[in-house]
Amino acid sequence: MTQAPLLLSVDNLATHFFSQEGILEAVDGVSFDIHAGEALGIAGESGCGKSVTAQSILRIVPKNGKIVTGEISLIQNGETVDLVQLDDRGQEIRQIRGGEIAMVFQEPMAAFSMVYTIGNQITEVIRLHQECSQDEARERAIEMLQRVGMPQPEVTIDAYPFALSGGMRQRAMIAMALSCHPALLIADEPTTAVDVTIQAQVLELMKDLQRDMGMALIVITHDLAVISELCDRVMIMYLGKDVESAPADVIFRDPKHPYTVGLLRSVPELGEGHSQELDPISGSVPSPYRRPTGCPFHTRCPEFIPDVCDVHMPPQIELGAGHRVRCHLYVQD
Amino acid sequence: MAQADAVPNKANAATDASPGQPSEQPEESNVPSSADKVLEVSDLRKYFPIVRGFFRRQVGEVKAVDDVSFHVNRGETLALVGESGCGKTTTGRCVMRAIEPSGGGVLFRKRDGEEIEITTLSRPDLRAVQQHMGMIFQDPFSSLNPRLTVLEIIGEPFVTRKLIRGRRQLEERVAELLRSVRLDPTYMRRYPHAFSGGQRQRIAIARALALDPDFVVADEPVSALDVSVQAQILSLLKELQTELHLTYLFITHNLSVVEYLSDRVSVMYVGQIVELGRTDAIFERPRHPYTEALLSAVPVVETGKAGRRRERIILEGDVADPSNVPHGCTFHPRCPYVQDVCREEEPQLIDLAGANGSQPHFVRCHFAEELDLQGVRH
Ligand SMILES: Nc1ncnc2c1ncn2[C@@H]1O[C@H](COP(=O)(O)OP(=O)(O)O)[C@@H](O)[C@H]1O
Ligand SMILES: Nc1ncnc2c1ncn2[C@@H]1O[C@H](COP(=O)(O)OP(=O)(O)O)[C@@H](O)[C@H]1O
Ligand code: SF4
Ligand code: SF4
Ligand SMILES: [Mg+2]
Ligand SMILES: [Mg+2]
Repeated sequence: MTQAPLLLSVDNLATHFFSQEGILEAVDGVSFDIHAGEALGIAGESGCGKSVTAQSILRIVPKNGKIVTGEISLIQNGETVDLVQLDDRGQEIRQIRGGEIAMVFQEPMAAFSMVYTIGNQITEVIRLHQECSQDEARERAIEMLQRVGMPQPEVTIDAYPFALSGGMRQRAMIAMALSCHPALLIADEPTTAVDVTIQAQVLELMKDLQRDMGMALIVITHDLAVISELCDRVMIMYLGKDVESAPADVIFRDPKHPYTVGLLRSVPELGEGHSQELDPISGSVPSPYRRPTGCPFHTRCPEFIPDVCDVHMPPQIELGAGHRVRCHLYVQD
Repeated sequence: MAQADAVPNKANAATDASPGQPSEQPEESNVPSSADKVLEVSDLRKYFPIVRGFFRRQVGEVKAVDDVSFHVNRGETLALVGESGCGKTTTGRCVMRAIEPSGGGVLFRKRDGEEIEITTLSRPDLRAVQQHMGMIFQDPFSSLNPRLTVLEIIGEPFVTRKLIRGRRQLEERVAELLRSVRLDPTYMRRYPHAFSGGQRQRIAIARALALDPDFVVADEPVSALDVSVQAQILSLLKELQTELHLTYLFITHNLSVVEYLSDRVSVMYVGQIVELGRTDAIFERPRHPYTEALLSAVPVVETGKAGRRRERIILEGDVADPSNVPHGCTFHPRCPYVQDVCREEEPQLIDLAGANGSQPHFVRCHFAEELDLQGVRH
C-alpha cells in the first residue's frame, strides 16, 4: 500500500500559559504527522494537553497562552504553510479555520450561537469560505444536514439550536464543520457528553464521512475504546508530553509505556465479566505547576528506576515503524 | 403489580424450553428469602408536574419513574442502568426519600430484621432511618461544602445526631474512616479544595459510610473522574463492600462498570424497568432489544484477540420524552424488532426464569421469548 501524502506535520510543538503562579507547560515538545485521509487519536487524562494541542493547530490558544516553539506544517497541493508563523487574526488562518481544518467540540452549544438558526450559521460558514450565493449556500447546507442524517433537513435547517435534541445538535455541529469539505477534522471529545446509543450513532457517522470524503481526522478523547473504533494511529499524552505514539493495532496489542499500560488496565472491559481485575494507576495527575523532575510520570510509575527516572528526562526512542516511546526502560546502551 | 421477583414464572407455562439455550443449574439454589432483602421497592412512581405561566397551572406531567418494582439482597450490588433521563437518579432519591415519591412502597429491612416502610414515615422517624442509608453522588466538587474541613464534613453526621461527644473520640472515628478509604488521616484539617477529584470522592465515600449504613446508594460515583481514578474508586468500592458487608444500589450509565461491579442489573427505559436479572445472564444473553442495543453500542478496545468484534446495532433517534411517552411499548419508535402489536399494546414485565434456568429474569417485551438477541462474548 502506498502512503497517502503528508497533510499536517507537527514538530516539537510547545505551548505554554503564563500567569502569576508561573509558567504552565500545557504542551511540551509534541510531534506527530497526519497523512491525507488518516485518523489519529490523541488520548490521556484531563489536563494533559490534548485540547491545547488542537487549539495550537487552529491558532485559537487563549490570550494568556503562547506557542513558544515548534512548527505546524500544513501541506496542501504541494505547498507548505507553517501555521505557527501566521498572524492568529489574519486572513490566511481565518481561511484555513473552517476551510482546510474544521473542528467539532464536546458541547455542541459552544459551536452555535443561540440567537440564529442553524441554517443561518451553516450558510455563513459556507459563504465565508466559498464563492456562492445565499441560495446556493442554503442548498449546500441542506445537503450537508441530509448527509449527517438529520431528519427533514429542509425543515430542521430553520430550527434554533436549543430546539434540537442532543443527538441532533451533535449532527448539526458536524454538518457545519464539514460544510466546506475540510481536509482535516479535529474532534475534541465529540461524544463525551452524549449517551452510548448516541455515541454509537456519532462514531458511525464520523467513520462513514471520513471514508466517503477522504478527510483526515484527529479524535481527542480520554476513552481509548473510542480511539480503537475510529483511528489508525494513536498518540498518548501525559503532562504535555507525547509519551507514546504508534499504529492503533500495535499500541492496543502491545503497549510499551507504563502510562499506556496503566490506562488500558484501568478500564473495566465489557465482556470480561465480574471477576476481572482492575490494576489502576496509583495517585492522580500532579499539578502542572509542580511538574515532577525527570520523567513526568515517575511519581506514579510502577516501573520507576530510582536515580534515573526522577533525574533524567527520558529520550524519545524509536521502537519500530512509527512506534515511539519516551521511557528509560527502552534505552539501549 | 407485585414485588418483581416474588412473581412466579407465569410467563413460561406454555412455552417449550428454547432450543440451543444451555440451561443453567435447575435447582432452586441461592434464591434469597425475604429476610435477606434489604430493600423491597414496589410500584414506585414519581411524576413531576409540568407547570406553565403566572398561575403555575399544571399542563402535564413527567413520568420520571413509573411503576418500578425491585428488591436488593443484603450484601449484593444491584445496578440501575439506562440512558440519561430514564429515571435512575429519581429512583435512587425516592428510595432514600430524599424526594417524595408520588406513589408506591419502599420497605427497608435493618440488619436486626426490623422492617420499616419508608414512604409513610414522619420526618423525625425518617431521619432516624436515614442513618442506616448512605449516599454517594456523581460530582465530588459540589457535594462537599468548601467551607468545612474534612473533619467537619465526615464528622457532621456524628455531631448532628449527637452520637459522639468528645472531640478526641470524633477525631479517632474520622481518622479511622479516612484510613478505610485509603486517605492519610492527617488530612482531616484540610479543606476540600486542597484535594484532587479522586480524593474528594474518597472523602464523600467516608462520609457516606460514617454511620455504618446497611445500604448505600451510589449515583454515578465515578462518572466525573479521570480514567485511572475511576478504577481506583471502583476497586475501593468493591473492597469496602467485602470488608463492611455493604449493600449497594449502584446507578450508572456505563455498562462496563455494571458488569464489573454488579450481581444483578435493572435496565431502565423512560421511567420503567425493561429488564431485570442476574448481570452475567443478561450480558450473556439479553432478552430485551433495548439491553441488546445498549450492550452493542459500547465501544471496545481492539486488542487483536479473535472474536471480539461484534456486529453493531445503531439505534435511531433519541430517548423518548417522559412527558409524552409513546403508545404501546415505549421503546417501539427505536426498536429494530418492532411489530404492529408493539405500537398498540403495552408489554408487561414478565419472568422468563423457566426458560433460562432458575434465576428470576424479568423482561418487558412482547417477543422476549422468541427473539434471539446478542450479548457480549466472554
Ligand atoms: N486558558 C488557559 N489558561 C491557563 N491554563 C490553561 C488554559 N487552558 C488550558 N490550560 C492548562 O493547560 C493544561 C492542558 O489543558 P488541556 O489541553 O485543556 O487538557 P486536556 O488534555 O484535558 O484537553 C492544563 O493544565 C490546563 O489547566
Ligand atoms: N425536579 C424535577 N422536575 C421536573 N422533572 C424532573 C426533575 N428531576 C428529574 N426530572 C425529569 O425526570 C426524568 C428522569 O430524570 P433522572 O431521574 O434524573 O434520570 P437519570 O438519572 O436516569 O438521568 C427526566 O426526564 C428529567 O428531566
Ligand atoms: S521513564 Fe521511568 S518513570 Fe518514566 S515511564 Fe519509564 S520507567 Fe516509568
Ligand atoms: S415490545 Fe416490541 S417494540 Fe417493544 S421491545 Fe419488544 S419487540 Fe421491541
Ligand atoms: Mg480537553
Ligand atoms: Mg442521573
